[in-house]
Amino acid sequence: MHANPKALVINYEKCTGCRLCELVCSVHHHGVSNPAKSRIKVEKWEWEGLYIPMSCKQCIDAPCMNVCPVKAISRDEILSRVVVDHNLCIGCRSCVAVCPFGAMGFDPVEKKVFKCDLCDGDPKCVYFCDEKAVDYVEVSREALLRKREAAEKIAQAHRRAVELMSEI
Amino acid sequence: MALSRRIAYIDLSTGKIETKPIPIEMRRKFLGGRGLDAYLLYNHCEKGIDPFSPENPLIVSAGLLVGTLASATSRTHVMAKSPLTGMLGSCNMGGFFAPELRWAGFDHLVIKGKADKPVYIWIHNGEIEIRDAKNLWGKSVTEAQWAVREELGDPDVKCLVCGPAGEKLVRFANVMTGIKNAGGRTGMGAVMGSKNLKLIAVRGTMDIKIAYPKEALEFNKRFIEQITTAKVNQTMGILGTPFIWGATNSWGGVRVNNFQYNQLLYADDVEPERFHEIANETFGKYHMAGCFACQVHCRARYRIPDGPYKGCYDEGPEYTTQGAFASEVGCTSALTVLTGNYLCNQYGVDWLELGSLIAWAMELYEKGILTIRDTGGIDLRFGNDEAVIEMIKHVCERDTWLGDVLAEGGLKAAEIIGRDSIKYLIHVKGMQNLHSDERPTPALALNIATASRGSDHLRSRPAIDLYHLPEPVLRKIYSNPVPYDGPLSSDFRSYEGKAWQVFWQEQCFMAVDSLGICKYHTTFLGATLPNFEDWTKVIYYNTGLEFTPQELWTIAERCNNMERLFNIREGLTPDDPFKGDILVDRYFTEPTKRGAPDVIGTCIDREKFLKMREEFYRYHGWDEKTGAPTEETLIRLGIDNEPSHLL
Ligand code: SF4
Ligand code: SF4
Ligand code: SF4
Repeated sequence: MHANPKALVINYEKCTGCRLCELVCSVHHHGVSNPAKSRIKVEKWEWEGLYIPMSCKQCIDAPCMNVCPVKAISRDEILSRVVVDHNLCIGCRSCVAVCPFGAMGFDPVEKKVFKCDLCDGDPKCVYFCDEKAVDYVEVSREALLRKREAAEKIAQAHRRAVELMSEI
Repeated sequence: MALSRRIAYIDLSTGKIETKPIPIEMRRKFLGGRGLDAYLLYNHCEKGIDPFSPENPLIVSAGLLVGTLASATSRTHVMAKSPLTGMLGSCNMGGFFAPELRWAGFDHLVIKGKADKPVYIWIHNGEIEIRDAKNLWGKSVTEAQWAVREELGDPDVKCLVCGPAGEKLVRFANVMTGIKNAGGRTGMGAVMGSKNLKLIAVRGTMDIKIAYPKEALEFNKRFIEQITTAKVNQTMGILGTPFIWGATNSWGGVRVNNFQYNQLLYADDVEPERFHEIANETFGKYHMAGCFACQVHCRARYRIPDGPYKGCYDEGPEYTTQGAFASEVGCTSALTVLTGNYLCNQYGVDWLELGSLIAWAMELYEKGILTIRDTGGIDLRFGNDEAVIEMIKHVCERDTWLGDVLAEGGLKAAEIIGRDSIKYLIHVKGMQNLHSDERPTPALALNIATASRGSDHLRSRPAIDLYHLPEPVLRKIYSNPVPYDGPLSSDFRSYEGKAWQVFWQEQCFMAVDSLGICKYHTTFLGATLPNFEDWTKVIYYNTGLEFTPQELWTIAERCNNMERLFNIREGLTPDDPFKGDILVDRYFTEPTKRGAPDVIGTCIDREKFLKMREEFYRYHGWDEKTGAPTEETLIRLGIDNEPSHLL
């Protein structure tokens, strides 16, 4: 097992909403510009200027992995990621339905599920994001705390959005 | 493939929709975006038509590199005959509409006719539908967009929309997308309104194949570094465009009280730092936002800090808003600028035009040409913040006499108001100047006088002329990709070599507008930013098309000449006070009263100006007297048989 596994950490407050990450992710993996094929997607609440990049959390106890009936999904502990074996995958899309973050995608043309593979340890989204709103860092205690803080802010933002909606 | 995007012809009168591929030869001649739009407009717009008639084609497009890896490939271009000037109507905006249009399968839309009731166009993955817009009509720019997303059940739908100002045919209404991205200038939103077209909604998940993905990715990274390390863009990324207003005001280059002064005093509350502070306080530390794939991020997110719109979310302001609702109207309040910004974004109107018109009306009021009876009881004094906000609403709603008159644009309004009013109007070709004062800067004066869409800073402004760059540096920039060994001067007050700089910048801007890249990513405000050579590389890596920098330059020349042909057909002659390449008299007769020592007391020397203009025509291959492209020039550029009706 890798001593200090790294993870994608998202600091949504820094995100400028430019979607360059979506562009480079799809070009890197498919040679095409197409956000529908990106593993990262910036969710926007434009009317309040809120942009939240969403991608795979590489869960330890991954729902996608647990639900897969043919065990096509497994954990790669070296890069601390969850990977899909396309030779085993039967395209049932159970993983797509069960991922709590919407991070498992499905390509209707290729008929394949796809997810973030951390670009094999050299994440293109991070390489291109000048703001480092997505970053690739060692999962130290600090990082976990930061994530918790960020999540709390997301939750607050959701509450604010709900309040705003109920006012209308 | 990036080059496989189609063109769609949509007739709103008959409901007929036709699509065609865009032949590669057309790409090689006109690229896409603004360049190909110019070809389409010249071919689809009959001479002399009423801009509000169904025959006026509304052309919407994405540039050649939109959606690809070339940094900030976000730009939408829109063209039609302008209801404001009766000449070339043309505007460009960032945001996320153009890439979505390409993912949905299209590059150019030519929309003709007029729907018998409000409609919107829905474009998704190669399909186009015309749909009922009963529920959208009357809605503000943002309300309409959120409502159509709800109707279509997809939060990722992107829209190009006209606001209430466009519906009411305010002749300088914008097309808009998102919160603030605006195709301002020349009233393209009013053309939408005249067609009963509220909005174009797009959503696409189709691949844009990148020719050489690995190289495109790596080159893009270098490109971005070149762009983000430029000092000007770093400042832009923190303060947004307001920093330009601040810098310009400091030496005396902004119009104040219409055209009476050239520097705003007591301006602390409208300095860029103040807006930065407000955005920090009302939104947070990380408040800058970017357009598609852009790492400059010049757009501030903020909430209105006070007043009747307190708490409303908006983006901006821009340096043009500071000009429109501070310096030109003699106001010094951040709140007025931010409120004006918000109202204009919601109504969908060009604040450059509007602020400038309000400032003009204020001077008329000061001179007694307009009275309190004409203004409907508004005390239209310079510096009256409330009056400015009131006038914004009255013009956009056309609900008072003066509001309705100003909504017609400067030239028509001057005709209605009469007396000496035209003398005070600051315009070129019937389009108002932005907030800048070009009296100390001959290059910028020539730029606004000859810009193809009327007084404008985004067609040919060699802004780095203001930096006092050493001559060798200037030479390096301006003798590429075509040789130039004439004079160049580091002094912005000089007339030497300025015609060439304006000419150069004109080709530079045409190239980026046709590629669909933002101008802040090009040699404009920064001397080290990308230009022709870099673009040939990004074009190649992304699309596989090969050009030399010289070829790209020639394409830009060709496209600029198409615009010129359109304007000439609509009646442009060099000295025509309403349709010409000429400044209003005040530029020549009233010296500046404020500013830095080398700026105070200057005005444009008419004779030198006219000589400079002749020189500029000569570089273009235009007749020095008529300003029209010579037969030789048209043959050289291969456009001697236009209109050729190939598309
Ligand atoms: S590249 Fe960075 S700033 Fe841009 S959208 Fe992605 S995470 Fe946000
Ligand atoms: S796809 Fe979803 S469930 Fe699977 S590891 Fe990623 S975030 Fe977890
Ligand atoms: S790490 Fe790679 S695969 Fe994952 S979201 Fe970023 S670019 Fe896409």
